[in-house]
Amino acid sequence: MQNLGINVLFEGTTLQRLFEGLMMTAGIAFISIIIGSFLGIGMGLLRTSKSGIVQFICRFYLEVFRIIPILVWLFIVYFGVTNALDIHLDGEIVAVIVFSLWGAAEMGDIVRGALESLPKHQIESGKAIGLSFWGLYRYVLIPQAVRRMLPGAINLSTRMVKTTSLVVMIGVIDVIKVGQQIIERSVIKVPTASFWVYGLIFILYFIICYPLSKLSKKLEAKWEN
Amino acid sequence: MNKENHQVLLEIKDLHKEYDTRTVLDGIHLRVHKGEVIVVLGPSGCGKSTLLRCLNGLESIQGGDIQFDGESLIGPNVDWQKTRQKIGMVFQNYELFPHMTVIENILLGPIKVQKREKKEVMDQATQLLEKVGLSDRKDSYPRQLSGGQKQRIAIVRALCMNPEIMLFDEVTAALDPEMVREVLDVILGLAKQGMTMMIVTHEMGFAQAVADRILFIDEGKVCEMSEPKEFFTNPKTERAQQFLNIFQF
Ligand SMILES: Nc1ncnc2c1ncn2[C@@H]1O[C@H](COP(=O)(O)OP(=O)(O)OP(=O)(O)O)[C@@H](O)[C@H]1O
Ligand SMILES: [Mg+2]
Repeated sequence: MQNLGINVLFEGTTLQRLFEGLMMTAGIAFISIIIGSFLGIGMGLLRTSKSGIVQFICRFYLEVFRIIPILVWLFIVYFGVTNALDIHLDGEIVAVIVFSLWGAAEMGDIVRGALESLPKHQIESGKAIGLSFWGLYRYVLIPQAVRRMLPGAINLSTRMVKTTSLVVMIGVIDVIKVGQQIIERSVIKVPTASFWVYGLIFILYFIICYPLSKLSKKLEAKWEN
Repeated sequence: MNKENHQVLLEIKDLHKEYDTRTVLDGIHLRVHKGEVIVVLGPSGCGKSTLLRCLNGLESIQGGDIQFDGESLIGPNVDWQKTRQKIGMVFQNYELFPHMTVIENILLGPIKVQKREKKEVMDQATQLLEKVGLSDRKDSYPRQLSGGQKQRIAIVRALCMNPEIMLFDEVTAALDPEMVREVLDVILGLAKQGMTMMIVTHEMGFAQAVADRILFIDEGKVCEMSEPKEFFTNPKTERAQQFLNIFQF
């Protein structure tokens, strides 16, 4: 059995360590998606504001995240901000901060797009039955916007899951880092180790992202009729 | 029937409305008495929709005054949320909320805005739905309804707020001809019950049947204001004559 490379996955605690790495990846992504979504809804509401200054600030915020690579953001916060403020932040915390802020920017854009795509007479008929500003958003606009923004939001979520692979650069032991460690340890004994380990990681990412896109299709179909 | 000695419910005084620098309403005067039905006629773009929208606070105005129940609707201190509960409005485009069922559409205002008891509102909604012949469509979604059904639901939704006046803006304009009747019948029924209404329509037969007075607007000005019989048989102004000729083949 010595030359069956796949066994590298079942030696000792390998699987468990990969799983822990995966949980780190998924955890950072999941928490960031949740925080980013909430901030993003607020951001989207702000972006439909009539105030030019508010619009400019929100727009600027979004562009800053689009122009500067996420990796650079991770470095800025992990090395720059902590240094400047003389505090220590764990890589995991930095990752959650950066991904949440990025998620908020992109989610804000998706929410704005969805709100703006709603017909104007929906707003007017809501007003006509006496709904307040918040009532209008709560009962009429947001429920409809959520349906429209879902494909974009899920797409963003899978992008966020995939981009978490960058956190290894600020010292977070994610699933890829664990994989590298396992390969380094066993590559002399099992030359094909990298194939098997990365193969498994490929499948793991698929397992996280596929249900998301499946879910979005399902919800779309459900709201269709 | 002459309702001119009824109490004045709505008074419009020298109303001016501009979009940017273009004057759209130019000194409109109108008194609507309780129980009165005013049909607003006029060529496309003359400002009919704008007039109704001003009454409901959907447009700001640049001059004049609007008084509803003796209270001015002009200025920053108007409580529009409260006022709009008394002024029901139905638009040309089906404006039901597509993510809610028929009954949810109807109950939203009475329960969330007026904070009324669900049971009591439900009873009223059921009665109103029966009246418009749609009691079996409570749990349908708007997309499952025809245009005429949607408009009848929109009317019920507005009525369920117990408004003091109803504004209708070309509610049948987007409908297939065979569905126009069912909607107009509902409005005729309201007139019989004494509902105060301002109606914009292009259905001349209906206008004549339902109106106590016809308000004819041209280029933002009141051009003529008369009883329907007189307006249709013997219009005083040339503009009104021309307008009526369009509808005769
Ligand atoms: N939001 C707006 N901005 C600028 N101009 C507008 C706006 N809404 C309406 N107008 C203009 O105001 C004028 C009156 O419009 P309004 O919709 O009140 O006409 P109408 O009498 O209802 O016409 P129709 O019979 O076609 O519905 C038109 O010339 C129109 O172009
Ligand atoms: Mg109009």
